[in-house]
Amino acid sequence: MKFGVVVFPGSNCDHDAYHVVSKHVGQPVDFIWHKETDLSGFDAVIVPGGFSYGDYLRAGALARFSPVMKAIKDFAAKGKFVFGICNGFQILCEAGLLPGALIRNRSLHFVCKHVNLKLENPNTPFTSEVDPQKILSIPIAHAEGNYTCDDETLQQLEENGQIVFRYCDESGDITDHANPNGARSNIAGICNQNRNVLGMMPHPERACEEMLGSNDGRDIFRSLANTIGRIAA
Amino acid sequence: MKAKVFVTLKPSVLDPQGKAIHHSVELLGHKGVEDIRQGKYFEIALDPSVSHADAQSSVERIAGDVLANPIIEDYRVEIEQ
Repeated sequence: MKFGVVVFPGSNCDHDAYHVVSKHVGQPVDFIWHKETDLSGFDAVIVPGGFSYGDYLRAGALARFSPVMKAIKDFAAKGKFVFGICNGFQILCEAGLLPGALIRNRSLHFVCKHVNLKLENPNTPFTSEVDPQKILSIPIAHAEGNYTCDDETLQQLEENGQIVFRYCDESGDITDHANPNGARSNIAGICNQNRNVLGMMPHPERACEEMLGSNDGRDIFRSLANTIGRIAA
Repeated sequence: MKAKVFVTLKPSVLDPQGKAIHHSVELLGHKGVEDIRQGKYFEIALDPSVSHADAQSSVERIAGDVLANPIIEDYRVEIEQ
């Protein structure tokens, strides 16, 4: 099993993702420079957070044209796993691997804090090991995390179980007050129809150690590793 | 030859920056301003030998593929000789 972490100019959560996979999941992991076009040998690719290309034009808009993105599209089409976190989620939306778009937070502020997340779909390769009863505490750090899509797309996401995480309050209620950025329907993370591509604004890689305030993110990475392990077995 | 591209958020998409600008404009005392929407403007210099029709179609493609995200934005292209 091998994980890859894509590095764009301006990525800044790449080392965190690498650390979590190697230390807390205990699996081999390599960095993938954005000029790479060959992803053979990898089972899962993490598109990490940061400010690829300085967020020029729109967050994620220019990273979409990096050579590695075509390889990632082919990789996803083969059913391999792609996990976009924060800027990675924005890039996957810009690239059309996930529906919708992420626009400026309704408050206009960069919001950096722990939020509560409700797991809406435990039946994905990324969430099979996550306790569905638990309210997850995972930090966000973004200015453009306000998920938006048209009515038809929202309906499809709901019907297909593609909404994986929603912002909620401490008791798990999906309220407007618990919505940190104005995201439509409190959406914090979605997957594609085939469930092999996940994008989320919160940073699970920053919530894998008690010392950092929460280890609720760990089970997401472990779910993915277990899924890959099951496929290989 | 020059192309101008105007990118605007679709009317259905919330524009919090436009709202903040509108608020400041009201604070300055301007009356009768109903709404402000913020957009982007691009100037593209083109080879003068390119025909108007070719320029229009290639800039439309640039706008749709790169400058605007069609999920949330509309664009308009103007070609100047």
